[in-house]
Amino acid sequence: MSWAFWRRKKRNEELNEEIQAHLALARREETQSGRDEKAARAAARKEFGSVSEAAELTREAWGWRWLADFFQDARYAIRTLGQKPGFLGVALLTLALGIGVTTVMFTVVDGVLLKPLMYPDPGKLTFIQEKTEEATRMGNLWSFTYPNFLDAQRSTSALDMAAWLFAGGAVREHDKAEHFDGREVTAGFFSVLGVNMLRGRAFLPEEDHLGGTPVIIVSERLARKLFGSAEQAVGKIVVLDEIPRTVVGVLPADFRWMGNPILDVFTPLGQDPAPNLPRRDRHELGVVARLRPGATWAQAEQQLTAVAHVLAKQFPDSNKGRTFVRQPFVVDTSDVSSALWILLSAVGLVLLIACANVASLLLVRAVGREREFAMRTALGAGRGRLIRQCLTESAILGLAGGALGIMFAAVGVGPFIAFWPGSLPRADEVHLDWRVLLFAVGASLFCGFLFGLAPALRIPTRDVEQRLRSGQHAVGGHSRRLHGSFVVAEIGLAVVLLVSAGILGRTVIRLASINPGVNVHNVLTARMSLAPSTLDNPDKILPAWQDVLDQAHRVPGVEDAAIVDIIPMREGNNSVAFWPTSSFPAGNAAPEALATCVTPDFQKVMELPLLAGRFTDDHDRRGSEAVVVIDEVLAKQAFGNENPIGKQLWLDGRDSPYTDGSNDPEPARVVGLVGHVRYWGPAGDDAAKIRAEFYYSFAQVHPNYLHRWSDLMSIAVRTTVPPMSVVEPLEKEVRGPSGDQVMNEVLTMEQIASDSLQQHHTLMLLFAVFAGLALLLSCIGIYGVLAYLTGERVPEIGLRMALGASPGKIVQLVLGQSLWMVVGGVGVGVFGAFAAARLLRRYVIGIHSFEPATFAGMILLLVAAALAASFIPARRASRVDPLIALRHE
Amino acid sequence: MSPRKERYQSRTEILQGTLDMLILQTLQWGPRHGYALSKTIRTNSGEILKVDTGSLYPALHRLERKGWIAAQWKASEIGPRLRVYQLTKKGRAQLTAERSNWERITAAIAGVMNPAKRESET
Repeated sequence: MSWAFWRRKKRNEELNEEIQAHLALARREETQSGRDEKAARAAARKEFGSVSEAAELTREAWGWRWLADFFQDARYAIRTLGQKPGFLGVALLTLALGIGVTTVMFTVVDGVLLKPLMYPDPGKLTFIQEKTEEATRMGNLWSFTYPNFLDAQRSTSALDMAAWLFAGGAVREHDKAEHFDGREVTAGFFSVLGVNMLRGRAFLPEEDHLGGTPVIIVSERLARKLFGSAEQAVGKIVVLDEIPRTVVGVLPADFRWMGNPILDVFTPLGQDPAPNLPRRDRHELGVVARLRPGATWAQAEQQLTAVAHVLAKQFPDSNKGRTFVRQPFVVDTSDVSSALWILLSAVGLVLLIACANVASLLLVRAVGREREFAMRTALGAGRGRLIRQCLTESAILGLAGGALGIMFAAVGVGPFIAFWPGSLPRADEVHLDWRVLLFAVGASLFCGFLFGLAPALRIPTRDVEQRLRSGQHAVGGHSRRLHGSFVVAEIGLAVVLLVSAGILGRTVIRLASINPGVNVHNVLTARMSLAPSTLDNPDKILPAWQDVLDQAHRVPGVEDAAIVDIIPMREGNNSVAFWPTSSFPAGNAAPEALATCVTPDFQKVMELPLLAGRFTDDHDRRGSEAVVVIDEVLAKQAFGNENPIGKQLWLDGRDSPYTDGSNDPEPARVVGLVGHVRYWGPAGDDAAKIRAEFYYSFAQVHPNYLHRWSDLMSIAVRTTVPPMSVVEPLEKEVRGPSGDQVMNEVLTMEQIASDSLQQHHTLMLLFAVFAGLALLLSCIGIYGVLAYLTGERVPEIGLRMALGASPGKIVQLVLGQSLWMVVGGVGVGVFGAFAAARLLRRYVIGIHSFEPATFAGMILLLVAAALAASFIPARRASRVDPLIALRHE
Repeated sequence: MSPRKERYQSRTEILQGTLDMLILQTLQWGPRHGYALSKTIRTNSGEILKVDTGSLYPALHRLERKGWIAAQWKASEIGPRLRVYQLTKKGRAQLTAERSNWERITAAIAGVMNPAKRESET
């Protein structure tokens, strides 16, 4: 486009002047050759030909013609669209809904799955893991050991490396304490991420050592809670796990670590006195690194390999065959990604239905405008030009619908995220931003093109005169087929959504009725840990837990209480390889079982069905024979149909809770058999890799493990009253001597059980909404098309009635026409629905079969709805007065 | 048949693609306005080539956009101002190129229309 575009009015005048000059010169020549003024003028005009055509063609040569046309078309489009407010309203609403829901879903998918992380220059960040040549059951990637991290950090000049450790603890406020999550991090952690403190500073290297000044960095949220504001927090004391620490920094409010919900407490990793930290065989650290300016990834990888080789030679016991490898710096979204993609596809289908609907509306309108187009063709408008005008019109309609849709999305994203069960990773990175706007505008234009094409292509190329002369417009077979195919497409798409929603609904109903293996009523669970001063002394740990149980028993309404590390259906698990003899198969081939560490009352709290033998009891102590209680699945895997009671079960020495540092299998006596518990939730259990389960006694755990085990423990109580009502007295009772033993993640078993199905519920609900929308839209579509088609057939119907057809026959005629389209749509839709069912089965756990009953039911529902929608125009047609109809002809 | 297509055919009075060359060539003899250009071409071709105004003005404006010719407004005694076109340096180079191309093509066509005698003899 040239600058001249903006002076196109002047250019037009000049062109006119140029042509007038030409005519004047021609005229003068004619008069000079002796003709009179009038004849000369006529001759000059004749000689010149069509002035407007020459002008038109010349304007085209200017090159920016299309833009000028576009403005003209746009103005015209807005004017014509405004003339039919009813049509405009329906079309805009349909589009706004379609584009709105699609934009909401895209916003979520973009924020959670697609957008780069919010740290500056995220492309230069990477995770690093240790890797061994040999794979264990858990694969061959490992977390870092602290000594390996320190050595690697020193030897890689291409990278800035930092490490973190899961942490968190009880923060005391006056006489109360509350649990906060956090991380222990190395001094460079925040600078590697590129995060600046809101107030204060990050950790100093000299603080990142044993005996360093006890310091802490807190979230803005915690700073405000404890001290009123971030400014006031710096320099104050926070007591975390009984240790007073000085606040040196406050993080910005929007800081998130890998999309997690807010983390509140950060302490220097080097200050951690844990005995495992200095060991080269305890892999606990996460490592993140940033490529230094000027360095390349190849250099970084080379340096990592080099230092790993050195360490492997230097420490063959722990580091044999070790390398350090880069891992992508991404948030783990595997829990939600398939659900989100499935939902995005579903709304995509809704959008397509909306487009088909608007397309058929436009088509109806285009038939009405046939004469207008024929007239314009006759006046010299090219076909391409008219098609362009049609597309401009639909693009404007699309954009207007899109603008409404974006408003809809802006309002809808918040509730959607709030509605999502559990925590959506990176939820607070979900915003309407330019990426979303780009998507929405793209989607709107795409829709506009899609539904504008059909009417545009109907523009007449021939028989212009005939159309003009006839005045009537007859619906040719061509346009009837076109209308029909829109309805077929809509119904096909609706079938896909309806059947998917049906399958999800059936699955949710089935899953909800599955017995999880425990009695979830009246059970309260909460994570808790002992006071840090207790944990330092292994001899004090078990008595302290016993105190907690005794205190819990004292709470009115508490019937039984147990300490346990894994709560069924809640996140977290621990697996141990087992074998019926001491000679384990080579190469990690031994099967695994979920190992749950319990105190004896666990069976009563959960009401596990005891099938044979006994559960663990108070006689199972350190020093007595190690015992396990196994479930039916493990019994079958290990001992087939033999009676398992009294048999020995051998556990992999590396995982065994009874020994520390042994690689030899360890025997345990099977003393009881209990029913299988669906640890992975009603949906996931059947497909889970590890289903076998056994329980072992907390009292028999090796003393070296007691500290670490205690960090992971939860309390579970069975109540005689509503479980949530005992939370407060229970918290008070188990607080411990210093008041630092706090409960967190307080949930009833009923909540945990329903949470494990939440994603299914949400998927089902949303699909039901989308399917309902699809059904509604396709009913509107079929109604509109039939109303139009029968309207066109009024003279024919009148003739038929005049010849003796009964109103019933006419209803049949119209319904027959609609049935043809519905059957066609169902035929197409069934294939789509099969494909959708396959996809759902692949990505949603717990869906079992193709559910032919659901298929049939949903299709029947659709056919019924479609016929109901067709009935109104059919009825109207049957009431046609033949006289009026024929006179109209 | 669409009206557009018929119009297109009627313009083949001047061989496709040669109008630009004719304009450039005519302007070589001095600046001219549109009417004079069409007259000159007609006269110089012995009244055979008739330039359709629906082709002439688009061509002039196209050539102007390409920078091969430049336009200037001149007052005239007939009333409206005259838009006078003039060959630019770039246009002169273009004319040379088109002319040699044209000569190659006419020679080639002549070769086809009058095959060499050797061929018919053998």
